[in-house]
Amino acid sequence: MKTKKMKDIVSKAAPLLALILLFMILSVATDKFLTMNNMMNILRQTAVNGLISAAMLVVLITAGIDLSVGANAILCACVMGMLKNSLGITNPFILILACIITGLCVGFLNGLLLTKMHLPHPFVSTLGMKNVLCGLALLVVSTKTISDFPAGVTFLGSSNLFKSLDGFSGIPLCFVVLLLIYGVYHFFLNKTALGRMIYCVGGNPEAARLSGINSDNVLIFVYSLSGFMCAIAGLVIVGRSAVANPSAAISPYDTDAIAACIIGGASFMGGKGTIWGTLIGALMISTIRNGLTLLNTSSSVQYIVIGMVIIAAVFIDVTRSRMEAKARRLAAK
Amino acid sequence: MSLMELKDVTKRFPGVVALRNMSLEIKPGEIHGLIGENGAGKSTLIKVLTGVYTPEEGTLIMEGKEVSFKNPREAAAHGIACVYQELNIVRLLSVTDNIFINKALKKKNSPLLEYEKMHEMAHEVMLSLGQNIDVKKECGSYGMGIQQMVEIAKAVLIDAKLIIMDEPTSSLGEKEVAQLMKTVRSLKEKGISILFVSHKLEELFELCDRVTVMRDGEHILTKDISEMDNDSLISAMVGRTLDNQYPKIETTRGKEALRVEHLNSTGLLKDVSFHANYGEILGFAGLVGAGRTETFRAIFGADGHDSGNIYINEKPATIKTPKDAIRQGIAFLTEDRKGQGLVLTQSVRTNLILSSMKKCKKGLFLDEKHIDQLTGDNVDGLKIKISDSKEAVGQLSGGNQQKVVIGKWINTNADIYIFDEPTRGIDVGAKVEVYNIMNNLIKAGKCVIMISSELPEIIGMSDRVIIMREGKIMGELSRDSDLLNQETIMKAAWGGAIQ
Repeated sequence: MKTKKMKDIVSKAAPLLALILLFMILSVATDKFLTMNNMMNILRQTAVNGLISAAMLVVLITAGIDLSVGANAILCACVMGMLKNSLGITNPFILILACIITGLCVGFLNGLLLTKMHLPHPFVSTLGMKNVLCGLALLVVSTKTISDFPAGVTFLGSSNLFKSLDGFSGIPLCFVVLLLIYGVYHFFLNKTALGRMIYCVGGNPEAARLSGINSDNVLIFVYSLSGFMCAIAGLVIVGRSAVANPSAAISPYDTDAIAACIIGGASFMGGKGTIWGTLIGALMISTIRNGLTLLNTSSSVQYIVIGMVIIAAVFIDVTRSRMEAKARRLAAK
Repeated sequence: MSLMELKDVTKRFPGVVALRNMSLEIKPGEIHGLIGENGAGKSTLIKVLTGVYTPEEGTLIMEGKEVSFKNPREAAAHGIACVYQELNIVRLLSVTDNIFINKALKKKNSPLLEYEKMHEMAHEVMLSLGQNIDVKKECGSYGMGIQQMVEIAKAVLIDAKLIIMDEPTSSLGEKEVAQLMKTVRSLKEKGISILFVSHKLEELFELCDRVTVMRDGEHILTKDISEMDNDSLISAMVGRTLDNQYPKIETTRGKEALRVEHLNSTGLLKDVSFHANYGEILGFAGLVGAGRTETFRAIFGADGHDSGNIYINEKPATIKTPKDAIRQGIAFLTEDRKGQGLVLTQSVRTNLILSSMKKCKKGLFLDEKHIDQLTGDNVDGLKIKISDSKEAVGQLSGGNQQKVVIGKWINTNADIYIFDEPTRGIDVGAKVEVYNIMNNLIKAGKCVIMISSELPEIIGMSDRVIIMREGKIMGELSRDSDLLNQETIMKAAWGGAIQ
C-alpha cells in the first residue's frame, strides 16, 4: 500500500520535478535566465497557452479534442478588430462582449457538430472548424492586421502589477487572471456535480447516459466552455501584441495546448487530467521557448525541441496508461 | 503418461501469492474441468500454461519432458491454445482472415496471399466444428457462438494438443452452448485434451471426465466427476457448506408497480405485455437474443420503441431517456457491467453517486460529507470490500464491482429495480450476497425484475417467471405452479407451449 502511494505521488509530481530540473539546467546554462524580470516574462508568455490549454483540457477529459482553439482565439481578436475598424466601435465593453460571444458560439457549434450531427470524432469536425475559422479571421478584417485597440481591451494582456521604477517589470495581470481562472476550474472540476460528470462522460459515455446523465448536454457545455476560454485567450493576445493579426490563426496554439495538457497528466483516452498539471505543462513549454531564445538558438531549433517534447509527452501518456492497465490487471487477480 | 503436468507451481505478485504449490494433471484426450471462486487463481494458472506468466517455482512437464514457456508463442509451438473469455476477434475482418491471422499462407515466390486455399481450409475447419458458414463474411456479422468457434478453429489449425477454454459459455445462448458442447466432445474424440474453466456446475457434470477444484491459489482436489455432486463441489470451492444456494424468502405481494402494454419495436419486440408488482421478484427467462434485454432497454428509455404503453403505479408514464426513467423510480442494472454500468477509471465513491449526483449537492458544490455517509452506508449495507472509497472501481473484483452498480441504483431511491444478468461472472459467494440484496429490496416493498440466463437462478429466486422467445412473451409461470421447472421453461423458450 505504501509503495503504491509513493508511486502515485512520484507519478503526479513527475512533471513538476521535470520543470524544476529544466529551471536548474537553464539557470546554469545562461545567467540571463534566473532573473526576476525573465521569470515574469515566462509567466507572461505562459498566459495565452495556459488559457488555451484550459480550453483543451476539458475537451480532452471527455476523450475528445478541439483543434480549432487557436483559430477560435484569433477569430475572437479579429472580430474585435472588425468592429473597431469597420463599424467604429471603441467601447471596450461591447468589443469584449463580442469577443466572448464569438468564442462561445464557435464552441457551442463544435459541441452541436459532435453530439447532434453525430460526427464520429471531434478530431475531424474541429479540424474542419479550424480551417473555417482561419478563413473567417482573414475575411472579417480583409486580411489586414488591426492595431490601436482601446486601452480597455488591451488592459488584460498588457498590464503589470507592482511595476517599480527600479527596473522590476511587474507581475503580468494576464497571469494573475490565469491563476484565478485555474482556481475556479479546480473547484469546478473537482467539487461540482457537472465537473464530476465531465470525467464520467469521458471515462464511459454509455454508462453515464444509462445512469441518467445527459451526455450530449455535458459535451455541448464542455465545447462551449472551451470556446469561452479561447475568447479570453484572444483578448490576452490582443493585449500582449497590441494587434489583431488574422494570419496568426495558423500558429500552433492547438498543439502547444495539447502538449501542455498531456505533460500535465491528461490523456487522449479521456477521464483524466487536472488543471494544476496543465499549468505545469504550460509553464514547461514557455520555459523551454524562453530558455532557447536566451541561448540564441534559432527558431528552427525551437520548433524541433518543442516537437520532441510533444512526442515525448504522448509517449509518456501511453506508457502510463499501459502501466496502469497492467497494475489493474495485477490487482484484479 | 499425462499430456501436461504441473508440479508445485508457485507464482507470486507483489503482495499476493496467486498460485501456491499448485499441481494439475491433464491426461491425453480428456475433458478436464477447472473450478474455483473468483480470485482462486484460475486465470493465473491459465496464464502459466499459455506462457503469459513464468512461475517462480515448480515444473511443467509435457508428455514426460520438462518444459518452460517464456512467452505465448512458445506455448503455442508446444500445442497449447487458449480460447479466452474475451475473444480475440477482429470483427471487421473475415472469418478466414481471423483464422489465419498470424499464419497467413503466401503464394509461392510472391508476397501475395493464397486466399483461395485459405478460404478452403477455413471452410473445412469450420465445417469440422459443425459450422457451415460463409468464411468470407466479416466475423463481426456472426454471433458470439460462431466467433468462439473461430477461436477454436485457430487452435485446431495449429494442431493444439491442449485447448484451454476460459468461461466459454458465459456469453452464449442455450443453443450455442449445446453446439459448443458437441464440438468439445468431437475435439476429445480426436484426442485433444480440453481444460474447461467454468462457473456453471451443470456444464461440468455434462461434459467433463474429471474436475479440479482450486481455492486461494491452491489445489483442493481432483476427482472423477462421477464421484462429485453439486454440494460437494461447491463446498470444496468455498470451503464451507452452502446449504441453500438460493435464499428465497416469502413476501406479501403489493400493488402493481409497472405495467407494459403492447410494446413493439421493429425486428426486436412483438406486442410485449406484462406487469410487475411491488414485493415480488419477477423473473425473465429465455435464450440469449430472445428480446429480454431489449424489452427493458426500451422501457428504460435506453433505446427507442415504435409503440406501446407503459404504466408506473397504474399511471401512464412517458419515458424517452434513461434520465426520465430514473426520475420515475426505475433502476436498470445492465448486463454489461464494465461497458455500461461503471466508469472504471473513476473512484468507487463517484460511481456510487453516478445516477444521483444532483441529489448530492449543497449549493453549487458536491456535498462531500453526505457522499461520505452514503458511501459508508453502501459499503456496509452491500458488503462491498474496498480499502479506500477513492480507489478506482476498475481495481475491484467482479462481485464487488457489481455491488457498486447496485449501490449506484439504490442511491437513486428507485422503486422498480431491473437486474439484467446480475450474477454473471461473479463467484458463488458474491452471488448469494446479490440474492440477499434482492431479498432486502422486496422486503422493503420494492419491485425487482430479474433477467437471467441461468435457469436454476430464475427458478430459485423468482415469484413469477415470464418466458420470452424471439421478441414475444411465450407465457408465465408462478412460483406455486407445478410446471415451474427447467424443462417447462426450456420448452417454452424453444417455442413450445406451456402445459
